[in-house]
Amino acid sequence: MYSIEVNNLTKKFGKFISVNNISFKVKEGEIFGFLGANGAGKSTTIRMLCGILAPTSGDAIVGGYSVLKHPDEVKLNIGYMSQRFSLYNDLTVEENINFFAGVYGLKGKLLDDRKKWVLKIANLNNKENLLTGSLPGGIKQRLALGTAVIHKPKIVFLDEPTSGVDPISRRGFWELINDLSESGTTVFVTTHYLEEAEFCNNIILIDAGKLIAEGNPKDLKTNYLLNDIIEVECDNAVKAMELLEKENFVEETSIFGNNLHLIVNNFYKDKTQIKLLLSDKNNIRVNRVDKIVPTLEDVFIHLLDNKTND
Amino acid sequence: METILNIIKKEFLQFRRDPKMFGIILVSPIIQLIFLGYAANFDVNIVHTTVYDMDRSEESRNLLNTFESSGYFSFDNYVNNYEDLQEDLETGETIVGIVIPNDYGDKINKRQPVKIQAIFDGSDGNTTSVAAGYVNAIIIEYSQKIFLEVQRKTGKKILSVNPLEAETRVWYNPELKTRNFMVPGIVGLLLMMITLILTSLAVVKEKEIGTLEQLIVTPIKSYQLIIGKLVPFAILGFVSVVIVLGAMTIIFNIHVRGSYFFLFVSSFIYILSTLGLGLFVSTISKTQQQAMMLAIFIVMLPMVYLSGFVFPIENMPKIIQIITYIIPLKYFMIIIRGIILKGIGFAELWQDGLILLLMGMIILYLSSLRFSKRLE
Repeated sequence: MYSIEVNNLTKKFGKFISVNNISFKVKEGEIFGFLGANGAGKSTTIRMLCGILAPTSGDAIVGGYSVLKHPDEVKLNIGYMSQRFSLYNDLTVEENINFFAGVYGLKGKLLDDRKKWVLKIANLNNKENLLTGSLPGGIKQRLALGTAVIHKPKIVFLDEPTSGVDPISRRGFWELINDLSESGTTVFVTTHYLEEAEFCNNIILIDAGKLIAEGNPKDLKTNYLLNDIIEVECDNAVKAMELLEKENFVEETSIFGNNLHLIVNNFYKDKTQIKLLLSDKNNIRVNRVDKIVPTLEDVFIHLLDNKTND
Repeated sequence: METILNIIKKEFLQFRRDPKMFGIILVSPIIQLIFLGYAANFDVNIVHTTVYDMDRSEESRNLLNTFESSGYFSFDNYVNNYEDLQEDLETGETIVGIVIPNDYGDKINKRQPVKIQAIFDGSDGNTTSVAAGYVNAIIIEYSQKIFLEVQRKTGKKILSVNPLEAETRVWYNPELKTRNFMVPGIVGLLLMMITLILTSLAVVKEKEIGTLEQLIVTPIKSYQLIIGKLVPFAILGFVSVVIVLGAMTIIFNIHVRGSYFFLFVSSFIYILSTLGLGLFVSTISKTQQQAMMLAIFIVMLPMVYLSGFVFPIENMPKIIQIITYIIPLKYFMIIIRGIILKGIGFAELWQDGLILLLMGMIILYLSSLRFSKRLE
């Protein structure tokens, strides 16, 4: 059973094609990662899926309703939380919860139950009279997620929910996302942190409005990157990269912190080739050369680089 | 309906957290009233005068006494030459110099015409013309007194200088006080400030902090959002109108002569335009600063200048007069002054009211349309 089905969705602004004929499906209850560089068309896609922006052509069925024909029903069945903290800072925690609950028509016992639940997941029990503006960032983010799903929507859209949140809070936030998904809510999430993308059940990557990769994280790494990845730990990584790029056994290079990642082809036999070039010929000290399992970052850089070379 | 009430409740909760808001709503009406009631004063009560009496005769002293006893003139300086007189006018110490020639007494006694000179500092045209009017009035009255005296002493008939005289009666504002003219206008000004500036700020604030984006993805319809957002400011506007009317009665003793009901109905009609303009400003501004600037410079100031609030529209060039027809505040000024000062009502003012209503509905409709479009 799918909770989102996107069919040939396209959005044009004048001559500019922001989203170019993309199709994908999101299973009920899964965590679905939606990745792409800034300006790739992520926000436009989310806005169309939330029923705010009408597509130029194509359609999407979200929670059983067409965004084209029934945007209002779509809005009732989704929750949305953006990267910007979107509660009222000058209202208390409880006033914020009450307001958004009121927007979805919650009242009575249901309202009380949901309020308790939101306070619990945001770690704000007995603190409902605090001004929201005075809360620390991580707590605010949890509260925002809680209010976004106060009406128990079938689907929740999270647009870069963890940007600007410290690593500990981020981990806690992802536990919350997991809980939501386990309780049956479909979580549609965009992020720039690729280690977060590893937590997703399925991922799509878009670039310049086009879908360029899809699958679960494991498949993505094996299907889209057939070559081996070699990690090189050495001095003067920039110089080393310039030298290695000219070698015929190297397809692509990229820098990861102090290390170099090389995508190599069949001309690559073993690490002596690299050591010979760097330490013997150019006097760059090489500490370590290893074949590694590619990360999602390797895959995406490979995919996006190929795009720009076309 | 419940959704709208929910939004209105939220707005009031936010007002409660913002002490500045209370300042604007409660204190600013009083401050404006006092500023405009006392400071914005075109009345000329005391004309500061320098006297250069060359004659120093009994007759010249009589003339000067007449000036002083009129109550409008204060003789601040007596000088003995033109240089000192000029200095007083230049420094602005006095605004008029009265010069009595040295043959004044002689000529009066010989029943010969004589001229006295009054030199004015014309840099403030309004004050000058009022002061010149006072001088003329006193001189005419004084010369008539001399005629009558001569007539009585000699028994001879002398043709009076001004055989025709208009008897002037000023209605509605008999003391011709600027205050009575300005203070009712403040109602219009305040309503505009609160509904225009505060509305646009409140909408843009939600845009800035991102809550508007959040509201758009909820099932709230844009008309509900607009009403929920505008109603609180309409209410605040009315609260401040009540404060102004109360303060106007207590501080300045200006009473509303017409019907309060019609006053509030027309205020409601008027704020349709200002709320609409506030909404419009919010659709073209990205930040609260921009909204503030646009509201003040593009909307408020032209409205104030062209509404007849300060400058009479009849004195404006034809082309500017035509522009004033699209200024909602102009119609409201006519209505509010009519109700408060003249005590007139629907029978006399319905045309202005109707124009204001149509204008308000059009502005509000177009702004709402633009606002809803922008939400996408």
